[in-house]
Amino acid sequence: MAFTLYSLIQAAILCVNAVAVLHEERFLSKIGWGVDQSVGGFGDEPGIKVQMMNLIRSVRTVMRVPLIAVNSVCIVLLLLFG
Amino acid sequence: MDLPHHGYRATAKPRARAAPPTGDSVLFEDTSSAAPGLNSQGYYTPGYNMGAPSNDMQGGANVNNMFTDPMANAAMMYGSSLANQGKDIVHKEIGRFMSVNKLKYFFAVDTKYVLKKLMILMFPYTHQDWEVRYHRDTPLTPRQDVNAPDLYIPCKFSPEVLGLCASTALVWVIIEVLVMLLSLYLLTVHSDLSTFDLVAYSGYKYVGMIFTVLCGLLFGSDGYYVALAWSSCALMFFIVRSLKMKILPSISSDSMGMGSSAKPQLRLYITVATAVFQPIIIYWLTSHLVR
Repeated sequence: MAFTLYSLIQAAILCVNAVAVLHEERFLSKIGWGVDQSVGGFGDEPGIKVQMMNLIRSVRTVMRVPLIAVNSVCIVLLLLFG
Repeated sequence: MDLPHHGYRATAKPRARAAPPTGDSVLFEDTSSAAPGLNSQGYYTPGYNMGAPSNDMQGGANVNNMFTDPMANAAMMYGSSLANQGKDIVHKEIGRFMSVNKLKYFFAVDTKYVLKKLMILMFPYTHQDWEVRYHRDTPLTPRQDVNAPDLYIPCKFSPEVLGLCASTALVWVIIEVLVMLLSLYLLTVHSDLSTFDLVAYSGYKYVGMIFTVLCGLLFGSDGYYVALAWSSCALMFFIVRSLKMKILPSISSDSMGMGSSAKPQLRLYITVATAVFQPIIIYWLTSHLVR
């Protein structure tokens, strides 16, 4: 399976886009992964689920604006060069 | 132009400064033939400062005295000051992305360490003590501690033979390091494994890979499989023993075993999964070269 660096970049962009489109109210709260459900236990044992929710929330917050730029660039490049 | 300048700068530093910091002597002196007992104060200090343009100007002045022509002198000094400025800019930019001090720690090796480490990689079954030794909270450099991870061996052995093979291997390294980081973060394992440590441990499989491919080319398909089996076992053993010290909680500590928040078997799964992943990757990346 010959990977190139370009395919890694493509996969990364697709994954980050997928995480960024998870809507807070419509989807994450419905399945119990919302922000208000993660405060839970103060201790030193956050658990996997809380870590995942924090990770998703932070990725969405941080990558929102850069993703706009990266996606625009990708769209233009794909339109021009196929 | 870069390489002699860098080496020249390294030797100019201890001469130019009045009291050289102890971090210098550890990182730049050749300790291959020195006895291990004399490292009483030559330990790596994390606050090692790399920028010192004034030293280079002094070092440059030593060379200029050889030229009698004043024009050549002026041109030489101008050129060296330009080079210094360029180097400072490059160092500053690189220093924003990754800490160069930490990178230096991984390359402070000597020949004795490299030989011992290669022996341990290929034949780890007789090595007794796998604990990484510390000195006042900072890990020891690879020169003083055989168990410390280094980036010199992975750099020497990483596959740059074919372009496509190299980029595939590079992609797998990146994926593997990201997966390791993600799993360590999710399970809130509070270990002192930095990103570069993980890169170092991932890079050790290239030693086995090169050895396997060599045997495959020399001895045909049978030699390939024998070498693959040998290096897989050695590498799995090596990875499990090395990472066990870092990830799994130390049993011998006191009764406050809450250092690990996750269940111990999850940590065990991580270590074992990492170890099992190595021979799979070696086989995946090299089998098409030997058929």
